Amino acid sequence: MATVGRRGSLFRLRRAGGTPVGPDGALVAALAGALSPDRVRNDSAERSLLARDASVFKGGLSGPICFPTSTAEVQAIMRISLAYGRAVVPRGAGTGLAGGAIPLGAPVVVSTTKMNRILEVDLDDRVAWVEPGVVNLDLSNHLRPLGFHFAPDPSSQQACTIGGNVANNSGGPHCLAYGVTSHHVVALDVVLPDGDVVTLGGVDPEPGGYDLRGAFVGGEGTLGIATRIAVRITPNPPAVRTLLLAFDSIEGAATTVSDVIAAGIVPAAMEVMDRLITRAVENFVHAGYPDAAAVLLAEVDGMEAGTAIDAERIAAIGRANGAISVRVAADDEERARLWKGRKTAFGAVAQIAPSYYLHDTVVPRSALASVLRSVYAIGEAHQLTIVNVFHAGDGNLHPLILFDPLEPGVLERVHAAGAEIVAASLDAGGVLSGEHGIGVEKRDYMHLMFGPDDLDHQNRLRRAFDPMCRANPGKVIPSSHSCADIQALRSVPTGVWG
Amino acid sequence: MTARAVAALDDFAAEVGTVGTVAVEGCRTRWSAGGPPEPGARLVRAPEGVLEHRPEEMTVRVRAGTAVAELHSALAEKGQRSALPERGGTVGGALAVGEDDLSVLGRGRVRDALLQVRYVSADGRVVTGGGPTVKNVSGFDLPRLFVGSLGTLGLIGEVILRTNPIPPASEWLSSPDADPFAVAASLHKPGAVLWDGVRTWVQLEGHADDVGAQARALETLGSWEPASGPPEVGPHRWSLRPGELRGVPDRIAGDWVASIGVGTVFASEAPPLRSLAGGLGRLAKRMKAEFDPTGRLNPGRHPGGGI
Ligand SMILES: Cc1cc2nc3c(=O)[nH]c(=O)nc-3n(C[C@H](O)[C@H](O)[C@H](O)COP(=O)(O)OP(=O)(O)OC[C@H]3O[C@@H](n4cnc5c(N)ncnc54)[C@H](O)[C@@H]3O)c2cc1C
Repeated sequence: MATVGRRGSLFRLRRAGGTPVGPDGALVAALAGALSPDRVRNDSAERSLLARDASVFKGGLSGPICFPTSTAEVQAIMRISLAYGRAVVPRGAGTGLAGGAIPLGAPVVVSTTKMNRILEVDLDDRVAWVEPGVVNLDLSNHLRPLGFHFAPDPSSQQACTIGGNVANNSGGPHCLAYGVTSHHVVALDVVLPDGDVVTLGGVDPEPGGYDLRGAFVGGEGTLGIATRIAVRITPNPPAVRTLLLAFDSIEGAATTVSDVIAAGIVPAAMEVMDRLITRAVENFVHAGYPDAAAVLLAEVDGMEAGTAIDAERIAAIGRANGAISVRVAADDEERARLWKGRKTAFGAVAQIAPSYYLHDTVVPRSALASVLRSVYAIGEAHQLTIVNVFHAGDGNLHPLILFDPLEPGVLERVHAAGAEIVAASLDAGGVLSGEHGIGVEKRDYMHLMFGPDDLDHQNRLRRAFDPMCRANPGKVIPSSHSCADIQALRSVPTGVWG
Repeated sequence: MTARAVAALDDFAAEVGTVGTVAVEGCRTRWSAGGPPEPGARLVRAPEGVLEHRPEEMTVRVRAGTAVAELHSALAEKGQRSALPERGGTVGGALAVGEDDLSVLGRGRVRDALLQVRYVSADGRVVTGGGPTVKNVSGFDLPRLFVGSLGTLGLIGEVILRTNPIPPASEWLSSPDADPFAVAASLHKPGAVLWDGVRTWVQLEGHADDVGAQARALETLGSWEPASGPPEVGPHRWSLRPGELRGVPDRIAGDWVASIGVGTVFASEAPPLRSLAGGLGRLAKRMKAEFDPTGRLNPGRHPGGGI
């Protein structure tokens, strides 16, 4: 689905002593015995398909691929892999952008695509129990007739899975008011890397003990495999207003965002798109966006009177910051069209360039305007076009660095510009990632944000779940601080940035 | 980060040191939560002070020894509040216990409010988990692990919390005859719906017109009178599924107040201890061993009573 880097590899994962793994006959037979032969695949075509995700990273190497249908089968896979000394990597839809699902060192890949049932919706408890392979949008569509939805709405929601959302603690436009995935996951059944099956959290508010549910969410597949997930369902708001504000400078849009929050309004969503992306979207889906330096898509929801008041206040704050037009969606159809533009923005980029590298950092809202200036300057310095479409309300930047992979030497410039964007975000008091995760992409940047003791403690959390480093090794924690050092991986990844 | 803040954390780390058992003393409002600390433990206090409130970021940086009341009065000056419970104690104590405010439906959960935690580890170092922004997935979620950990993994010194605007209007009502479940189902985002088996209290929050409209709509569900705030509640907390609350009268003796839609029941009687059996108990033990191998931090306290 993603157009990311589809015409070339950006950075090849280096594998030290990467001995190709043989046919794995005994392992495959054991796995097939526990599942069924048709749900364990080991042909090279399929293995190479699952060696990638939606990120730009290549060089993953998959071992046998399993398609379990139950917790018991996942547990069996975990135990068999352990017995064969093999790591295990969970995989949802593979839409991750940080390389989280990329198998390193020929691990057993556990695909959740056949665990895609919505098990139970309990309106008294206001939770839905789902299997991890349920597609995000399918859950909200299922809940709609009941008057509810699942609040986290990543732009990839037509494809990504709830299990992937949990592992990446994913966000989306409406997480500004409603919170990211972690706010909405109350309990999980998890197969731990040692084969134990545990329930973390609970449908009751204080299940007792450490909040291991909270620790697991965002674990990027390195803490175990979620096999059943209880998510909070959110009632649909009685009133919604969607506004489109156009500005002749991106600073005007950015300042409006921080002024709205400072005024005590927490909209359901505030998304900003710059001129290039707005034009591309307009050509692509005719969302009705004006041609302006930047547009701000803002949505408020809740009770009728407050929604109307907040919409007016946002419009006024926008005008005070130089908005050249303010449009309020007249009906559901117009509202859907405005959102369609935002949700198809990444796809629309294909109109401008054959490939792109999507970054994800967060900065304080008050620093949005100045960091955006830096981002454009970084692009100019490296002779690269950078477009921006982002979750402005949370200060969550998504600069897209556009490039043609056929252009010689371009990858180095893309790489350098990306590193400078990360540095500019951290300098402004920001963080490495707002929603895409660390994976392999930013693993070697972790030391820019955390000191050695901080990383050591994150690794302790990891080790408590996975003392042997069997789950998705080589991710999140830089190798100098990770338990991967003590683990006899067949091939140890040594860094993606070369 | 000001120089003074660094010094305060370093001083706290020096006070905690590297040997001997230590327990943190806040306001002692929840001193026995999870069991009182062992008598031999040396008592230490976390540093105090509200360091930086940034309303436009909806964040505040505050030291753990600060009273929640002091934090909330500082936030209120700029029209904001946090999820920490109004029922007293220090910021660090409230986070370590993890108890939500009675108005949790409006204020959000404490476990979702901690963005960054700076704590003193069992080996006397200052460690930082999480980050300063409202959205962040950089690495593993140490802040969430620390909420409710009763100071058994590290001693919280300084934090960055998410803040939220105080709604323009708020009103408490109570009714002797309304069905609390019908009330909760009829309201969009109330601050709280509480029930003691007879009486129902609701907190309506939002813009004044919406609060007024909701108050009028409630009249179809019972007779209402204004209330000055939530009822007095007992010291113990039971945790039930929201869907189980109808059965509370048959289940909990003594006085109680149930938080409808949440599942917490505040009671005069203590709930039975839960034990963390099997794989979950083993996982919790491994976590404790990773962070505090010699068991010097808050010995005697057990989150959930099980470890
Ligand atoms: C066009 C596009 C738009 C996007 N927009 C957004 C956005 O708005 N917000 C956002 O947050 N993200 C966005 N993403 C990123 C991505 O879609 C999310 O991270 C998503 O949650 C990943 O889900 P997935 O099912 O594809 O997971 P995968 O990519 O398959 O896996 C992601 C991680 O989850 C782990 N994992 C998967 N299943 C499990 C399980 N059952 N148990 C334990 N670990 C598991 C994997 O090991 C891996 O580390 C976007 C991606 C694309 C391509």
